[in-house]
Amino acid sequence: MQNNITRRFMMAATASVALFATTATSALAEGWAPQKPVEMVIMAGQGGGADRLARMFQAIIQKEGLSRMPMLPVNMGGGSGAEALRYLKDKEGDAHTIMATLNSYYTTPLRTDIGVNIEEFTPIARMAEDTFLLWVSADSGITSLDDYVAKVKTSGKDWKMGGTGTGQEDSLLTAMIEKTFGLEMTYVPFQGGGDVAKNLVGNHIDSTVNNPSEQMGFFRAGKSIPLVAFTPERLVQFPDVPTARELGHDLVYVMQRSFVAPPGMPAEAVAYYTEMFRQLSELPEWQKYTQDESLEPAFLTGNELQAYFLEEREKHRAILAGMEDGSS
Amino acid sequence: MEMFSLLADGFATSLSPLNIMIVLIGVTVGLFIGAMPGLGSVNGVAIVLPLTFIVPPSSAIILLAAIYYGAMYGGAISSILLGIPGASTAVATTFDGRPMAQQGKAGLALIAAAVASFVGGTISVVLFTLFAAPLADLALAFGPAEEFALVLMAFTTFVGLGGDDKLKTVIMICLGLVLSTVGLDLISGQPRLIFGDMPGFYSGVSFLVLAIGVYGIGEVLYTIETSKTAPTVTAAKITWKELGYGIREMNKLWRSMSIGSFLGFFVGMLPAAGATPASLMAYGIARQTSKRPDSFGKGNIEGVAAPETANNAASTGSLLPMLTLGIPGSPTTALLLGGMVMWGLVPGPMLFIEQPDFVWGLISSLYTANFAAVLINIALIPLFVWALRMPFTVLCSIVIVLCIVGGFAPSQKMHDVWMIAGFGVAGYLLRKADYPLAPLVLALVLGPLMEKSFRQTLIAEQGNVLAFIERPLSGTFIAIALLFFALPLIKMLRKNGRRAVAPAE
Repeated sequence: MQNNITRRFMMAATASVALFATTATSALAEGWAPQKPVEMVIMAGQGGGADRLARMFQAIIQKEGLSRMPMLPVNMGGGSGAEALRYLKDKEGDAHTIMATLNSYYTTPLRTDIGVNIEEFTPIARMAEDTFLLWVSADSGITSLDDYVAKVKTSGKDWKMGGTGTGQEDSLLTAMIEKTFGLEMTYVPFQGGGDVAKNLVGNHIDSTVNNPSEQMGFFRAGKSIPLVAFTPERLVQFPDVPTARELGHDLVYVMQRSFVAPPGMPAEAVAYYTEMFRQLSELPEWQKYTQDESLEPAFLTGNELQAYFLEEREKHRAILAGMEDGSS
Repeated sequence: MEMFSLLADGFATSLSPLNIMIVLIGVTVGLFIGAMPGLGSVNGVAIVLPLTFIVPPSSAIILLAAIYYGAMYGGAISSILLGIPGASTAVATTFDGRPMAQQGKAGLALIAAAVASFVGGTISVVLFTLFAAPLADLALAFGPAEEFALVLMAFTTFVGLGGDDKLKTVIMICLGLVLSTVGLDLISGQPRLIFGDMPGFYSGVSFLVLAIGVYGIGEVLYTIETSKTAPTVTAAKITWKELGYGIREMNKLWRSMSIGSFLGFFVGMLPAAGATPASLMAYGIARQTSKRPDSFGKGNIEGVAAPETANNAASTGSLLPMLTLGIPGSPTTALLLGGMVMWGLVPGPMLFIEQPDFVWGLISSLYTANFAAVLINIALIPLFVWALRMPFTVLCSIVIVLCIVGGFAPSQKMHDVWMIAGFGVAGYLLRKADYPLAPLVLALVLGPLMEKSFRQTLIAEQGNVLAFIERPLSGTFIAIALLFFALPLIKMLRKNGRRAVAPAE
């Protein structure tokens, strides 16, 4: 009897907690929910675009009560994300780990032998596509793409392009720029986009291809100048910056900002996180953020997302192959 | 002066009843989180972050900063009492804090740690208030070459550490450097030294795992051996009189505390460095410039004061690049940064101009948080010391449990627990063979930073090694490093020279 009462009480308590949870989280799918804090692995170092974005997701998720359990961001930027990829692979079947991706999600397994095949990972959701601009420091006196190309041509290998690691998206974009304009620069790797941005303003490097969010603070303080945008259209935040296409060069490159999960994550958990991110993508905070930081919202999930990943991987394989030809 | 009126406005914010309450809660929570091995300010801030959305942004950041501060104070507690570093920032505190506790001076060591933290925190907040803008420019002037030179300087301050046997010190530094190369290559991403294909090694050897192993477990093993009959851990009691004596004693520590404050603030300010290297460097320099360097590592109170001032100063320092440049100087400030982005604040050069209320409210709250932390900490010292009166058999089991939990908690990998056990046995054997452990730990902290900055510079300068001395800032650091390196050599030569000359006469 005693036991029965306890049990009933427990059931009532669970029900009311569940009720509370549902009211708080509007309409998250019933059923499976995380039982412990969810680890949010970030494939990059602190302060870069990926890091800021992931931490903002974490903050929104907690503020809006989209998850009953907190999200704990963990930076694993080592080796162009290899550390994170390997970590996720070893978490096979785990329901409490998700990972925020960059394009190094494709390139790192192609370049290094870490035993990771991204086909095995579980796709959750693509939140946005991030954009790139070419930046120089305000002290450089360079104001246009033509100036830039002329200056780099005379400097040759002394020209330092900063980035987040060989094989990272900025190094691919750098290779594409070099090819298009017939330039040769020295590519210097740093540990995150924030570090790159700081080193540009401190004049330790001469140019970068940062995401808008990484340079926004310096840009608004007048310390860095965007020369050209590698997007199909001009960016709302930078109406005066021409696109490469407008200037007659077909250079377009975007970076997906997505979430994936370990191989073999239980289907209920996948459904839970997918729904969580779908709700997040509809929030006004997120929509305002994408506009402020020049992100293109592009929500995609499930099989379509996996197909997109695999298609992009092939594109990157081609770019990487081109880079190797160029350097040898 | 415009700055002072802004600061006064800031105090109007931080001294509101709500914010005072928040500071008290934050500091107390932080103190306990910091005192738990394995849990540091990062965990504290992460856990509390979601709760901050119920209060206005300025109060929220004050809460987070108070936890951050409290944890810096708390880290020293288990370092001193149990010999397990409460957080990676408090590793250097174990070097002398633990011997002091064993000599029955735990109370004094805790007071020294609290007061030193207060001094370090306060001096650095004053520096922050007065020089935030020019110092941000200095942080910008730090490129990879300067980082390398600074780390090199840190190493040279440790050559003399660990007693007279220089060879053993060098061996331990090399061993630490080898450990620091385990895991994925920072630049190319290729795995190194992973023992076949053991996934646990991909993320490298964690510094905290090594420190908990060699200091926590190693220490327990060593104590068990040496105290077969009579437990050496003294049942320390503490009275108000002793408390007063302890605080007066602090007067003698101005030298090590000023080293800690300025160095800590400066190193903390550099992105990528943070409070852990800062506290180790402060310890090294305090020892190197001391008149009695041999007494360090054997319970010298200065060896507690220097790293404790430095880690608090560094935690303030690391707020500077976060606020002015939008680049976090430490893992914890990275979390604070996430919070700020969420509240719609854009960190960067414009923050001071666009959001003065927020910035100055935060700065003024650092003053109040420091004040609250030192009071709460000193009030709780008798309670902490009381814990030492447990019988050794009980205490040593608790220490081992805390070591294992503390090693498992941050990354939740069994791999780390096995590593702790391994390092524990290794630490015990090394200690028996009289090898110094501090250089090992230092090398593991600074090794990755040194390797990265060295390779970045060489890539940027296309292999030109002279780049390190051609740049004024890094050249200066390298010169100082060489001086530190040569100092013991010069001393030795002079001594030998005299000896050699004497018999000839």
